[in-house]
Amino acid sequence: MNAEYQLPEDECFVLNLGPQHPSTHGVARIKLTLDGEYICKAEPVLGYIHRMHEKMAENRTWPQFFPNTGRLDYLHALAYNQNYACLVERALAIEVPERAEYIRVITTELNRIASHMVWYGAFVLDLGGFTPLLYTFDDREQILDLLESVTGSRLTFSYFRFGGVPNDIDDDFIAGTKTFISRMRERIKMYHALITKNVILINRLKDIGFIPAEMCRKYGASGPVARGAGIDYDVRRNEPYSIYDRFEFEIPVYHEADSMARYMVRMDEILQSLRIIEQAIATLPAGPIMADKVPKLIRPPKGDYYHAVETARGRLGMRAVSDGSAIPWRLKLRTPCFSNMLIFGEACRGMLLADAVALFGSLDLVIPDVDK
Amino acid sequence: MAAYIKSILVGTWSLIAGLAITLRFVFKPVVTCQYPHAVPKIPDRYRGHIDFVYDPATCSHKCIVCGMCQKTCPSGCISLEGEKLEGAKKKTLSVYQLNFTTCSLCGLCVEACPTGALTFSKEYNLAGFDEKEYHFDLIKRLQERP
Ligand code: SF4
Ligand code: SF4
Repeated sequence: MNAEYQLPEDECFVLNLGPQHPSTHGVARIKLTLDGEYICKAEPVLGYIHRMHEKMAENRTWPQFFPNTGRLDYLHALAYNQNYACLVERALAIEVPERAEYIRVITTELNRIASHMVWYGAFVLDLGGFTPLLYTFDDREQILDLLESVTGSRLTFSYFRFGGVPNDIDDDFIAGTKTFISRMRERIKMYHALITKNVILINRLKDIGFIPAEMCRKYGASGPVARGAGIDYDVRRNEPYSIYDRFEFEIPVYHEADSMARYMVRMDEILQSLRIIEQAIATLPAGPIMADKVPKLIRPPKGDYYHAVETARGRLGMRAVSDGSAIPWRLKLRTPCFSNMLIFGEACRGMLLADAVALFGSLDLVIPDVDK
Repeated sequence: MAAYIKSILVGTWSLIAGLAITLRFVFKPVVTCQYPHAVPKIPDRYRGHIDFVYDPATCSHKCIVCGMCQKTCPSGCISLEGEKLEGAKKKTLSVYQLNFTTCSLCGLCVEACPTGALTFSKEYNLAGFDEKEYHFDLIKRLQERP
């Protein structure tokens, strides 16, 4: 579209994409102003499933907020559990046993792959390919079965505790994970042959939906969106937490900044997660899974605490202010999807509606994470 | 021109290769669980709604009415009452209601219980027409259990 030319406001028409549109994966609503098929303006409208998580934290005890964390980004619930656990452990200065750290890393990385598998299936579905969804959900099912056998739950795990993990992993889980790693490597090859090389996919993603690095910085985008724009930033590498500094893995970075780049970042990330899991299993130490000096009543000393982790969608930060009581005084959540979604309004200007849907899918948004 | 024809050929080939892959799946074993004909295997750690542990020593539950579970529950879905029976030193449990409609299945109550009186049930076939069906009376459930 000619960037200079703009229809007068009263000649454009307004289209609501969502809140019940299948491509918005939940209840995102985008108010689009269209000139024919071209987008003149897009305004994301947030808040349809705002559940006041931050406010909820202020009227329950520290451990009682645990189940909430898994309900922000339900696809990568363990990373949220991990961040909250690490945050309170930092506040209480609890040393987590080695084995518990390893278990956390293994399960969180498995969960990351499961999350990417959901994105993958749904993304290709948005582009019109139905079959891959069935394959990716098969892979995800394998992971969920593994995680269910340790955590007891399939989606909102609530698995970690302050000071460690409540359930140990067993030999069945390790054997199952090893089988899964080799299976997944084969499957990734299959996915590349089936989907990445597909001419329709390439034509719909390549050189379309630019989100350059400056735009990422402007909106604070992180995760695969930023790494697809050439920003080499991953919390696991830049601010190592837990035991991520012990493993060898690469941070996939692509410089094209188009939808294809973001797609490729996630595909490579799955392989890197497999590498981390493999190393963690090989060096899994024996020992306790719970720190022994965890107080019964959690009352972090007065102060201001912060912890960030890398979730499947980007940087998740939690800031807690404690007044020394059993209830948090304030808990601020910096969720990755919130920043990643606001980019959409600027990035899709001048695009065709169908391409904008592809762009939206490549952002991999989880709406409960945006709305909190 | 040559590039154009090449892109058509490569594109067509990619579609054929993709079709061949999906075709191969037709001959692979079925991966889905044939529910309800096949019953899914529920792992030992499955977190269903909470239930009392049967204590063979007393032929009843192990609850001492300390109220810890009620206090830890983030969703406030446990309500319990105890009464002092004549001659007894401690309270005995008279009412234990779980409002499963608001339970977040976090398991904090099970971990908080000092006597290990609570456990998770393995029930997953939960569907009903009325909210009241999910206000469980755990004492009654324990008595009805074979
Ligand atoms: S599982 Fe959690 S929400 Fe449910 S009754 Fe127990 S403490 Fe309450
Ligand atoms: S915590 Fe255990 S013993 Fe205490 S009231 Fe609850 S079920 Fe009974």
